[in-house]
Amino acid sequence: MSTGLENINTLNTQDDLKKQVYQILETVLDPEVPVLSVVDLGIIRDVQILAPPSGGGGGWGVEVFVTPTYSGCPAIDIINVHIRMALLQHGFKEIRITQLLSPAWTTDWISEAGREKLKAYGIAPPHYRQSVCTPEAFQAEEAIQCPLCQSYNTRLVSQFGSTACKALYQCNDCKEPFDYFKCH
Amino acid sequence: MDTIRLNYILHLADNALILGHRNSEWCGHGPVLEQDIAISNIALDGLGQARNFYQSAATIAGNGATEDSLAYLRDVIDFKNCLLAEVPNGDWAQTILRQFFFSAYQYLLYTKLQQSNDGQLAAIAEKSLKEVSYHLRWSSEWVIRLGDGTEESRTRIGNALEFLWPYTGELCLPAGYELDAASNGYGVDVSSLQSDWHQRVSSVLEEATLAVPETGWMQSGGKQGRHTEHLGYILAEMQYLQRAYPGAEW
Ligand SMILES: [Zn+2]
Repeated sequence: MSTGLENINTLNTQDDLKKQVYQILETVLDPEVPVLSVVDLGIIRDVQILAPPSGGGGGWGVEVFVTPTYSGCPAIDIINVHIRMALLQHGFKEIRITQLLSPAWTTDWISEAGREKLKAYGIAPPHYRQSVCTPEAFQAEEAIQCPLCQSYNTRLVSQFGSTACKALYQCNDCKEPFDYFKCH
Repeated sequence: MDTIRLNYILHLADNALILGHRNSEWCGHGPVLEQDIAISNIALDGLGQARNFYQSAATIAGNGATEDSLAYLRDVIDFKNCLLAEVPNGDWAQTILRQFFFSAYQYLLYTKLQQSNDGQLAAIAEKSLKEVSYHLRWSSEWVIRLGDGTEESRTRIGNALEFLWPYTGELCLPAGYELDAASNGYGVDVSSLQSDWHQRVSSVLEEATLAVPETGWMQSGGKQGRHTEHLGYILAEMQYLQRAYPGAEW
């Protein structure tokens, strides 16, 4: 994997390194929605640079705090492996990946850039969190915009889609079936 | 080792795992593709929640315990799930109604468990609650659709109601470890959920034009490890691989 990023050993301040880590993480993609990086997805909660152990022989380390999207997300293990590999390739020595469950992930943490990428990929991006995330039956549906023809004349087919994070919709105008990254 | 805390967390984990496993039996057999996907997603959420609880339990159990050893190497008598979680899937109506009863209970339980003084339990509850909200909404809609649907669907959900109702009493009947967990601030006294549960269930059943059953004699014992004959068959299938080939990995 060539990212065009500098090797971390040419940098020296912790702030520079932290920025570098985020740039590296921008190259790690969600395997289920491969246009979004883990940073776009909002699952990277913090990054801490670990100083090289005294006595020499070591190098910079890093601890990455990751939160899962859904409890049963089957992609989380492979995402962690990809994060570890990307950081190793750029010269970090000790890499710790720590899972944080609280505060619970929300689609509100998906970046603006990420929302644009989703739409261009044909997945309707999530609305900001609203009353629709309540358990009441047959509540009024949000108007979700068709990513193909931009019509708001669409209907919910199923709240559960091809992955935990998506719902199935269909456009009433152009008839395109599409995924909606449902609010969570 | 804090045995009471361990039992409490295992009870939460076992509920999520056994119901998740039951739901996963529908994978590839759903009545239509979209609903096959829905029930499989709900199964996956359950397995994920179970993993989080088992990981937490493993830190208390010590002695080399892992999420896998707790799920795959305990026997029927060690499992503390409610009986409702293990009853057979039956038809779609029975599966839907079981999910609805359970989701209504989990929704109330996790709402309160967010206040647990055990930070890990509070975090798992907060995370799980968002998933359960979708399960409750989905299963409520299906109960209404089937009850207020065709003669066939109404007969089936009526039969399911008659069969499942005696298993619902255990949900809000606390075991000793639950009372202890509640009085120590890390668990929820489930008897405090009873009236809210009954109210939510009644309002959905009424909207489905189904009569709310009288509260009669109720089954219990699952929380204490006294299970129906069905749990052994679930474990035989679920645990077979790890018991036949210890430590096997994909
Ligand atoms: Zn369209």
